[in-house]
Amino acid sequence: MATLSPSVALRSTPVFSSPRLRIGSAKVAFIVVLLAAWQLAAASGNLGAVPEPTAVGAELVGLFLSGTVWAPLAITIASWALSFVLASVIGIVVGFPLGASRLAYRMSSFVLDFCRTIPALALVPLAVLMFGTSIQSTVLLASFGAVWAVLLQTIYGVRDIDPIARDTFRSYRVGRIDTAARLVLPTAAPYIATGLRLAAAICLLLTLSVQIVIAAPGIGQEIVVTSLGGSVSKMYAYIVLAGILGIAINAVFVALERASLSWHPSHRKVLP
Amino acid sequence: MTSRLSQVALGLIVPIILVTAWWFASASSTSFYFPPLASILSTFRELWLFDLVPVHVAPSLTAIGIGLMVSIVIGIAVGTLLGLSPFVGAMVSPVLQFLRYLPAVALLPLAIQLVGIGLEMRVLIIVLGAVWPILLNTMDGVRSMHPSIVDVARSTRVAPLDWIFRLVLPAASPQIFAGIRASLAVAIVLMVASELLGSSSGMGYFILESQRQFSLPEMWSGMILLGIIGYLLNVILSLIEHRVLAWHRLSRG
Repeated sequence: MATLSPSVALRSTPVFSSPRLRIGSAKVAFIVVLLAAWQLAAASGNLGAVPEPTAVGAELVGLFLSGTVWAPLAITIASWALSFVLASVIGIVVGFPLGASRLAYRMSSFVLDFCRTIPALALVPLAVLMFGTSIQSTVLLASFGAVWAVLLQTIYGVRDIDPIARDTFRSYRVGRIDTAARLVLPTAAPYIATGLRLAAAICLLLTLSVQIVIAAPGIGQEIVVTSLGGSVSKMYAYIVLAGILGIAINAVFVALERASLSWHPSHRKVLP
Repeated sequence: MTSRLSQVALGLIVPIILVTAWWFASASSTSFYFPPLASILSTFRELWLFDLVPVHVAPSLTAIGIGLMVSIVIGIAVGTLLGLSPFVGAMVSPVLQFLRYLPAVALLPLAIQLVGIGLEMRVLIIVLGAVWPILLNTMDGVRSMHPSIVDVARSTRVAPLDWIFRLVLPAASPQIFAGIRASLAVAIVLMVASELLGSSSGMGYFILESQRQFSLPEMWSGMILLGIIGYLLNVILSLIEHRVLAWHRLSRG
């Protein structure tokens, strides 16, 4: 059911030039069909206030052409980047010693577990009191929400060191710096990469959340403003922009991970 | 047993130190933003044991409970179907990826416009955000079934329903639970966001309202309660996971 035997796959190739091309065209076709269905439903008025995709697309292009999109986009990307860097640096710097020492890990695991589950948005009122609706609030809340992903992944990574390799390093009396650079870091790198990718997504989600909830400047605020102002297709255009930003950030991180970890067994292709 | 006890004791040292430090550092605090912990705790006792629980905690938990249930049912059902048919799965994957990385909060103003600010809106937003991790993980888990199991099932002609419920879903369940855990985190964020923005009850509404009225001890007590609720929801989920996946751990030795 799930797998085609190789001979079947080979026999079916002459019809289409390659299976990859076939799947690729199916993907495109599915997107086109969805958009067409949306267009027809919206044009016939079955979707209420939902605008046609062509109108949303035109609005999105218009936002770029008129230049109004740059300020909110720049602020959103800036607060995302700041919170991401803050969360990654703190997570990695704190995670290394906690992962390296069993005692430190045991002493901190309950606190980490608890803090990790505090919803970052619960701190919104405090952030608003202290920083108002400025970019500081956004960065503070987003990095608070994202730091745990990096921190925990770093700890898992450092703890995952192969005991035999560790003993070998010890019996050859390899220096601290070499051990860190040649054993700990390579072991922990794939875990940290996963943590960074998760943190990037969490930072974007929280950045937009905070912008929507407290009307801090950025794409989130534009979505609220356009929704309140009744310019529906503009609101959709900003929502689509948020989605594109999410996909772009994820794609960049997957590509970086693949490029920088190509040596690691989990990223090497298994040849049959 | 003793090692377990000592482990728990070790884990409690740091929190006890932190809370004590907070207690004494804030005891004589005259800062408006950081009231003494003693007054926060007495407010906590007055409000949350248990006068306001039906008013503000119950709606939050209802929304997250229904939202998560709906996400689990839809996610597993659609994920299984897509996982069983690789071609359809590959065909819809770009659209799924877009929906997954579209931050669900961006849809919040839209949802308020479409269905108002009631329970339906909050459930809708939670489902829109929480369904994707479960769906994609189910799809992955179903797809990565061991080929030899597939072959054995086919040569013994297992009935389709038995195939799905006795082989495919159990095999995918560790991945499905990983998805549910990710979904819970998203669902909690969305619950608070929907209450902060469009609601007249719920924990998020309560803390924002306290902040607007400058009732700081109330705000702090609500924030602490939200932290506790978030923690407890995670504990409950991991207990369920522990039970349901007991066979999996045993089989791994």
